[in-house]
Amino acid sequence: MTKVIEDRRPPVTKTGTLGWIRSNLLFPWYNALLTLIAGWAIISAVRPFWNWAVTNATITLDPTIAKEYSGAAWGFIRDMWPVFMVGVYPEEHRWRPMVALLIVLALIMLTLVHKFRGTKWLYTLWGLSPLAVYLIIHGGFFTGLPVVDTHYWGGLMLTIILAAVAMLFAFPISVLLALGRTSDMPVIKSFCVAYIELVRGVPLITILFMASVVLPLFLPTNVELDKVLRAMVGITMFFSAYLAENIRGGLQGLGKGQYEAADAIGMGYWQKTFFIVLPQALRIVIPPMVNNFIGILKDTSLVGIVGLVDLLQIAFATTSNPKWFGRLEEAYVFIALWYWILCYSLSRYSQHLEKKYASK
Amino acid sequence: MSLTHTATHLADNSVIIEMNGVNKWYDQFHVLKDINLQVRQQEKVVICGPSGSGKSTLIRTLNRLEEHQEGDIIVDGTTLTNDTKNIEVIRREVGMVFQQFNLFPHLSILDNVTIGPVWVRKMPRKQAEEIAYTFLERVGIGEQANKYPGQLSGGQQQRVAIARALAMQPKIMLFDEPTSALDPEMIKEVLDVMRELADQGMTMICVTHEMGFAREVADTMVFMDQGQIVEYAPCKDFFNNPREERCKAFLEQILNH
Repeated sequence: MTKVIEDRRPPVTKTGTLGWIRSNLLFPWYNALLTLIAGWAIISAVRPFWNWAVTNATITLDPTIAKEYSGAAWGFIRDMWPVFMVGVYPEEHRWRPMVALLIVLALIMLTLVHKFRGTKWLYTLWGLSPLAVYLIIHGGFFTGLPVVDTHYWGGLMLTIILAAVAMLFAFPISVLLALGRTSDMPVIKSFCVAYIELVRGVPLITILFMASVVLPLFLPTNVELDKVLRAMVGITMFFSAYLAENIRGGLQGLGKGQYEAADAIGMGYWQKTFFIVLPQALRIVIPPMVNNFIGILKDTSLVGIVGLVDLLQIAFATTSNPKWFGRLEEAYVFIALWYWILCYSLSRYSQHLEKKYASK
Repeated sequence: MSLTHTATHLADNSVIIEMNGVNKWYDQFHVLKDINLQVRQQEKVVICGPSGSGKSTLIRTLNRLEEHQEGDIIVDGTTLTNDTKNIEVIRREVGMVFQQFNLFPHLSILDNVTIGPVWVRKMPRKQAEEIAYTFLERVGIGEQANKYPGQLSGGQQQRVAIARALAMQPKIMLFDEPTSALDPEMIKEVLDVMRELADQGMTMICVTHEMGFAREVADTMVFMDQGQIVEYAPCKDFFNNPREERCKAFLEQILNH
């Protein structure tokens, strides 16, 4: 009989960190050379930035002292922090966006608690949260809070609100558009095709211009549409067309057998759509959909065109302030960091969703 | 026009499916030609024939997965038309099992089986689950109710598909080559379930190449070729002395391989 071979560990030089370094960085000789060159390139690219951002930087709040440093004046960001966050939102009411933010953070925390997941009250709270945030930040109605008109909204707050509203509304609209485009009914189908092709064929800037300049021409003079609202409508319209095409891809990725099986049970169109088609189609399109959402977030930076002061515009505004005049680099690095944090969070969340649904 | 095929030895049972002069085309291709067929309650019909002969298309017209262009199809007293409501009424009474199982991969086995009763039959969830467990037990999948289709073997998936169709408590079951996509060792477990179902008196129409199963279970054999019903006979006559040459050749090929 054949002798049973006992398991033994793999040779150290072939596995683990050491093995990885050996086989990827040092052997054969030209890999070692490439490692050296690449290392040198990275260091020489990062060093100047490091010197500017850290070594020669200061965080003093006094602009005259900051001038003596050759590096970044992070005191500028410290000084202007609230303006970056909420724009020209009145100082005495700045606690209100804070409260709104805390509400959302609290909800996220609650959602992270495993046993609260999928409970009805949590869904209800999430469902009510946009309204609560709006009431707190805008005020008025029954709240007793003084109204802060959208005219005063700005900074990171405005960027996030614009993006969140656009995602919230573009998603259901795009699902309907995608369903319409794949439906058998000629009128609905041609309407959806026309809408999608029309909107996709026009740059977002044009749509924002139309919403803010052209739209009022068609309205009676006494009707004044809120500028922020107009931008929201524009961005939502634009992205629902893009999202719709991605979702259509998911609908078509679904096998014919799934439709037939649902038909054979006697399900109606909407039952089939909600229980069988959409849950599967949307799973397929999580990555392109999140890609769209990231696009929405970044493209809100175009609203400066129609006079809104979002995060990007705040960077322009604060650097033309005489006190910190011309500190453009600091402002750009700072807002770039914010955009990156937000987009990367979305991207991580999408990876989490993909993993969660991949197992089924 | 050819005469209507009906099972004389089941003449006491009422007719539940009627196809009168049914013709169907895929574009220019004439796929069903003058189909006249009656199926009686509790009758087991097995349809066989070479691939492309229209047998799958025939049973798929019975629950309107395929539309026919000429003739009448009457299922359980309702004539199939373009009326969506009519179609849904018929589909509730007609269960179907597909070659590729077509389970819903995003739903658990239990949800696969309850989704029809709950949303189409408007049954309370608790009752639907009880029924689901009953049928899952009957097809031998009771313990796997919380798994997902991807975690089961082909044979198990097909048995779940049968339970899913049965949970709607249909009057008629259609089987469209239910064992053709299965590994040989799994065919038996599915056929056993079908055999049991036949014993309980379900009206069944099966498209299958499993001639052993057909010989054992069928009341009536139908042989199709090129969109036509070429031979229609009680099971015994069909296997012992087929009249048509095409049918003889087919049987010889399939029985002696």
